[in-house]
Amino acid sequence: MDQPKALPTNYVTQPDKIATSKGKTVRTEEMIINMGPQHPSTHGVLRLEIIVDGEIIVDAIPHIGYLHRCFEKHAEHMTNYQQVIPYADRMDYVASMNNDWAFALAIERMMKIEVPERVEYIRVIMAELQRIASHLVALGTYGIDAGAFTPFLYCFRDREEILDLFEMTCGARLLYNYIWVGGVSHDLPQGFIEQAKEFCTYFKPKIKEFNDLLTYNEIFIKRTAHVGVLPRDVAINYACSGPMLRGSGVHWDLRRDDPYSVYHKFEWEVQTGKGEVGTVGDCWDRHIVRVREMEQSVKIIEQALASIPEGNVQSAIPKRIRPEPGDIYVRTETPRGELGFYVISDGSGSPYRVKARGPAFVNLSVLPEISRGAMIADLTLIVGSVDIVLGEVDR
Amino acid sequence: MDPVRTYFRNIWLALSSIAIGMRITMKHLFVPSVTVQYPDVKLKLPERARNRLYVNIDDCIGCDQCSMACPVDCITIETIKSTPDQDLGVTSTGHKKRLHVPKFDIDIAKCCYCGLCVYPCPTECIVMTDVYEFSEFDRNNLIYNFSVMTPAEVETARVKAKKAEEEAAAKKAAAAAAPKPAPPASPPPVPPTEPT
Amino acid sequence: MELLQHIGLEQNLLTIVLVSALPLVFILLYALVTLYLEMKVSAHIQDRLAYMRTGWHGVLQPFADILKLLQKEDTVPAAADRFLFKLAPFVVFAGTYAGFAAIPFSSAYIGSNINLGVFFIIAASSLVVIGILMGGWASNNKWSIFGAIRSAAQMVSYEIPTALAILIAVMITGSLNLQEVTQYQSGGIQNWVVFGGSLPLTQKLLILPFTLLTFFILFIASIAEVNRTPFDLPEAESELVQGFNTEYSGMRFAMFYLAEYANMFLVSAVAVSLFLGGWSSPFGEALSGPLWDLFWFVAKGMFLVFVQIWIRWTLPRLRVDQLMYTSWKVLTPFLFLCVFAVGLILVL
Repeated sequence: MDQPKALPTNYVTQPDKIATSKGKTVRTEEMIINMGPQHPSTHGVLRLEIIVDGEIIVDAIPHIGYLHRCFEKHAEHMTNYQQVIPYADRMDYVASMNNDWAFALAIERMMKIEVPERVEYIRVIMAELQRIASHLVALGTYGIDAGAFTPFLYCFRDREEILDLFEMTCGARLLYNYIWVGGVSHDLPQGFIEQAKEFCTYFKPKIKEFNDLLTYNEIFIKRTAHVGVLPRDVAINYACSGPMLRGSGVHWDLRRDDPYSVYHKFEWEVQTGKGEVGTVGDCWDRHIVRVREMEQSVKIIEQALASIPEGNVQSAIPKRIRPEPGDIYVRTETPRGELGFYVISDGSGSPYRVKARGPAFVNLSVLPEISRGAMIADLTLIVGSVDIVLGEVDR
Repeated sequence: MDPVRTYFRNIWLALSSIAIGMRITMKHLFVPSVTVQYPDVKLKLPERARNRLYVNIDDCIGCDQCSMACPVDCITIETIKSTPDQDLGVTSTGHKKRLHVPKFDIDIAKCCYCGLCVYPCPTECIVMTDVYEFSEFDRNNLIYNFSVMTPAEVETARVKAKKAEEEAAAKKAAAAAAPKPAPPASPPPVPPTEPT
Repeated sequence: MELLQHIGLEQNLLTIVLVSALPLVFILLYALVTLYLEMKVSAHIQDRLAYMRTGWHGVLQPFADILKLLQKEDTVPAAADRFLFKLAPFVVFAGTYAGFAAIPFSSAYIGSNINLGVFFIIAASSLVVIGILMGGWASNNKWSIFGAIRSAAQMVSYEIPTALAILIAVMITGSLNLQEVTQYQSGGIQNWVVFGGSLPLTQKLLILPFTLLTFFILFIASIAEVNRTPFDLPEAESELVQGFNTEYSGMRFAMFYLAEYANMFLVSAVAVSLFLGGWSSPFGEALSGPLWDLFWFVAKGMFLVFVQIWIRWTLPRLRVDQLMYTSWKVLTPFLFLCVFAVGLILVL
């Protein structure tokens, strides 16, 4: 179908599509539907304004801002950098450890702090466990979008095991405030390594069960294959990252291509979508990339647990965090994509400006492009495959 | 021939994957459930659990570190200097208390449970307990007042501190007018603490 | 009416009303049981416990649900078409309930022993489509209209496989009257139509794969008729909030819900009567008698309802064009093949 022209912001439905039937002209009109802020499947408070022609979508315009909490403004008014970390937690509340790490990494690079190796290993273990937990949420809710209510509960049951590990270490289940500038807040408790190893052995058959139940189910494949195809060049042009980008076949993972911490010491593979059951870059590809990333995370965790060195996790935490005046942009690979923090420091104890580049925000911008020509039933699945968390989209 | 083969292959794939899925759910029908029936059964929280704050006011030396560390400003502390003749005692960690603390309020509704107030406390008097059932009907009941000074004690301390301040100011004025100024006594510095 | 003669009452208005109200009593009891069954089965499939606090293990929860729905505010949207809006749930329920008239619950009870039994059931249950369309349109809500239109398309297209499968059973048993069809299948499990009916052995072995396939397809089509996953696009929770049900609350919503459960049993009952031997005991003469017949009938019906619940909580949802594809391009051709084959084998 023809690409619609760029739409003005005060779009009015165009009643100039004429269909003919037996010599009589029938005037059809496109309908504007609002998939409002409260909706069971927009994963938060996202408003989608959909312009449909029958059941085919002509355009889908996301309206965001319902969860804006002024994170960047708050960060400027904190008395020290340490206080920004709880706020950074709350941006992407499903993948909190990764947010902490990105910000802490930015300040460490500005102050040129070398953290002990044990700290790096702990951070990797926590980030990968968090990646598994975040993907479990994404995959479970994706099942619900498709109509399968059961995999959601299986995913959450497995996620409980991970949250138990986190609670044992730092005391909180969702918003950790664990990874600090220069180290971590607590060392691993007694029994953590054994329990984490147990989790890895427990979790591997669960991935297989999830695949049998949902991923390779023919109905699910029929719903997600060839739907929401994101071509390679479009993905790169829109600055997509994370599973969105890798699902389109682009081999790009910041843990390998812009390395930070000790990821280079472990053996793992970057997963991309290959169009196994549909086109490269469709929703199924993004789904399978997330599932396989979970498997790779388990691999990384096992290797890290086996070779974690001893050390003092708090020896490098500075007494006063007072970076030199200057700016820095640091990016890490979170479950949603490339999370970047651009920090400007003016030499005082609190930041002058913190800008968060949220991956979900950037990934969401590609939604109108990939949902043109799809049906309304597909739109739910397309939004689900982008894997947005509104806290990160709106900050 | 190819469309025909795809047609039958699709049907076969659909039926086999559905059968596999149904076998999984049937198996789960006989697995015991993982629900913990709260509130009859309560899970034991780990040692480091971060829930409601508690302040042991006897150990508080009024250094204000926790209040400054809080990112959401939920701790309000007021202190009154004590005069040298008052002996407030020693905390359980050996610090000498030199400040009265007439007001130590924590608005637990604002608290974000980050734990940043716990680390800087030199006497470890503010801790995060494992209490998570503390809902109230009235929001004002969520402002916890930890200070135990009665209004009479507060008034006495305030009066004494004011008098001491006036005496020190008078002394300073007299010393400034005198030919040889005596060096002013500097108050003992409160040791800065780092997060541990 | 055999029931009346059985207990010696004459046929007057009061007895007619009593007899025709019996299925309603059954439906209400069955709805309570099925609400509980669905809740518990879905919970244990998902490794969790359902309600445990209302009564022992939640037995009183269906009553609590009904009480809650009864006391809810009856809202009618301001811009809705009031008459159609209020009428829709009753049309849906009437269509379903009318079908119960021709279902043989037992050898001694059938609401109305008409010679066109199955034909009447198919016709009467088509009223449900009208009710759903009315409900969706009258709600004056774009999402409801989507649900209603999808539902109309779905139910109309799945009537075809249903009718063809029923045709095959009718060909084997030779009658449209469900009581006669059930009596044809009495005498033990080997006489059930799904295993070939009471035919000579060679014919039976030839016809067996086709009757199994027909029963299987009838079951799939009947799930589509009642709008349950994987065919529940009209009320797809994650897309349309509740589809055509969105604007309904309180007792009207309860009516839709009751109609859905009644419809589930209706299509199961039709499948059971035609293919699984109806009220006849699988052991032939043992364990039969009017009350035993009722037990066997309800047991078989509940088993099919259980399978419907099991399928609902396992599978994802089909999209509307895939749904139509399944009906027109997969189920119907296979059924035509079965009709042809069964006809040929019967003639041999």
